[in-house]
Amino acid sequence: MSTSVHLVALAGPGANPVDDVRQMLALHFMVNAFRAGAVVAVLGAVIGWYMVLRRQSFVGHTLAVVSFPGAAAALWLGVSVTAGYFAGSIAAALVIALVPRSPAGRPGSQESAVIGTVQAFALATGALFVSLYGGFLDSVTGLLFGSFLGVSDGQVAALAVVAVVVLATMALLGRPLFFATVDRNVAVARGVPERALSVAFLLVLGCTAAEVSQITGALLVFALLVMPAAAAQQLTARPVLGLCLAVALGLAVVWLALAVAFYSTWPVGFFVSSVGFAVYLAAVAVRLVRDRTRRVAVPGAGRVGAAAPGMAVT
Amino acid sequence: MTTAAFFVFAHPFLSSAFGAGTAIAAASGLVGYVVVLRGQVFAGDALSHVAFTGALAALAFGVDLRLGLYGGCVAFALLLAVLGRRSEADDTVVGSVFAWVLGLGALFLSLFTTSSTGTGGSGGTTGVNVLFGSILGLSGSQARADVLVSAAVAVALVALARPLVFATVDPAVARSRGVPVRMQSTAFLVLLGVTAGVATQAVGALLLLGLLAAPAGAAQRLTARPFRALWLSAGIAVGSMWVGLTIAYLVPAVPPSFGILGVATVVYLSTFAWAPMRRRHSPAGAGGQAFPGGVEPSVEPLVTP
Repeated sequence: MSTSVHLVALAGPGANPVDDVRQMLALHFMVNAFRAGAVVAVLGAVIGWYMVLRRQSFVGHTLAVVSFPGAAAALWLGVSVTAGYFAGSIAAALVIALVPRSPAGRPGSQESAVIGTVQAFALATGALFVSLYGGFLDSVTGLLFGSFLGVSDGQVAALAVVAVVVLATMALLGRPLFFATVDRNVAVARGVPERALSVAFLLVLGCTAAEVSQITGALLVFALLVMPAAAAQQLTARPVLGLCLAVALGLAVVWLALAVAFYSTWPVGFFVSSVGFAVYLAAVAVRLVRDRTRRVAVPGAGRVGAAAPGMAVT
Repeated sequence: MTTAAFFVFAHPFLSSAFGAGTAIAAASGLVGYVVVLRGQVFAGDALSHVAFTGALAALAFGVDLRLGLYGGCVAFALLLAVLGRRSEADDTVVGSVFAWVLGLGALFLSLFTTSSTGTGGSGGTTGVNVLFGSILGLSGSQARADVLVSAAVAVALVALARPLVFATVDPAVARSRGVPVRMQSTAFLVLLGVTAGVATQAVGALLLLGLLAAPAGAAQRLTARPFRALWLSAGIAVGSMWVGLTIAYLVPAVPPSFGILGVATVVYLSTFAWAPMRRRHSPAGAGGQAFPGGVEPSVEPLVTP
């Protein structure tokens, strides 16, 4: 918030965009914002792509917001807030993984009640820690709505390390997880450990949510997880192309939002979610036009769920 | 119990809190059961964030908070009804929309905080109150309004309950029997929107999901009969409200929202220990899912055309 004071003092965007970019990058906090934004955009897009594919938006959103009580507890105890973010999200991921999935009938009605309860209880715990901490309300809104513009060099490095670890894990899990998601029964028959994979994915999702929420705040993580991925899946059904597209869209969304926010007093989070939503709407429009011109009558033809399930897992 | 009765009437703010809290909890418990049965918890999640944005939009533009709260929630409920009609309810679409709405909320929070710092700077506090609730701060007239709205929601839900449960458990048969399935699901989403609006004032926008999900989940695990579960869900919600408020009163460090949701969560958690114990006694089992076996016999005769 305090940085926005600097921003007001600056002139608006000039005629020459190169000068504008140079002006932005002359400020160290903006450089760090672009760096941190790039890390969380890439991570959010890759993990979000799998989240959207697996139809786990509710879980993803829950894991994102439960990083808040972890961080609030860390504030209260006076330990590292980063550790708090990770502890909150990973603990919630484990609790959700413990829930027995409904074997038959309607999918997951009990599961969704559990997820909802975990989310609300975790947030209530966050409110408790905030009340115990008795500190400044600014730090509460900071935890919830983020602080893009106050990222230090050390934080950027830590973010990058975690991102590399998470992406390396996904490089190992990616193919079997895709197989198990697109055609669960065949994957199980082929000996893919579907249950272990979904637990592992929950943990990866939790780590990602904790990582991203340090920058965007617990409430706005979800925008970076769902929007670029959903837009990419509207545009292509191919997994590798879709992942690359999601990453590109995520980067574009975050950088564009940061650049716009640089010349505005409005919060960065608003621009991130608005640019992301505009990109998603544009992707939906492109798909609708394309469907109409191609006259594809197959429902859901533009989705990844309809991709060829027979990909080999070696 | 007598001491509890004593302290409730000792302070007017407590009788407001207990009165409004009871009504809000009953409405949330009733609506929540149907939400869980229909698998629409994610819609409740989305609405809880829309409630935040609606309330802060009203504050930022200087109108009554409740106008934005109810307006935002009902509008979003109608949007969900339209989206759900077009195709199967797609959580990615819902997620994208409400993530954006939340971004708008961040904007309104910042606008409101900036505009109110000149006049005393209560913006941040109000924002946090909208998120986490301030049931002990309800005035007498606010509490009366909340009781009226909650009572209306509860009556409407009980009136709709039988055909609604029928349509949820077996939509195809219900449709062929002449139950207006679409209209009902729209009406139900609007009820859910109003519930989100009224519950935001009690436990806050972020926590109302727990009041919808936890008592309902517990009730569903305890009995397979839908109407027994419906009343049980309302009972657990009201009980959690009372115990939670009492704890918050006795231990000042505990925010009321945490007390209420803590009790509801503990109740839900204990049903996970209790249900397997019961299943051991009766092999047919009340193993959590309320359908389809337990539902149809009790519902079918009631919806004769």
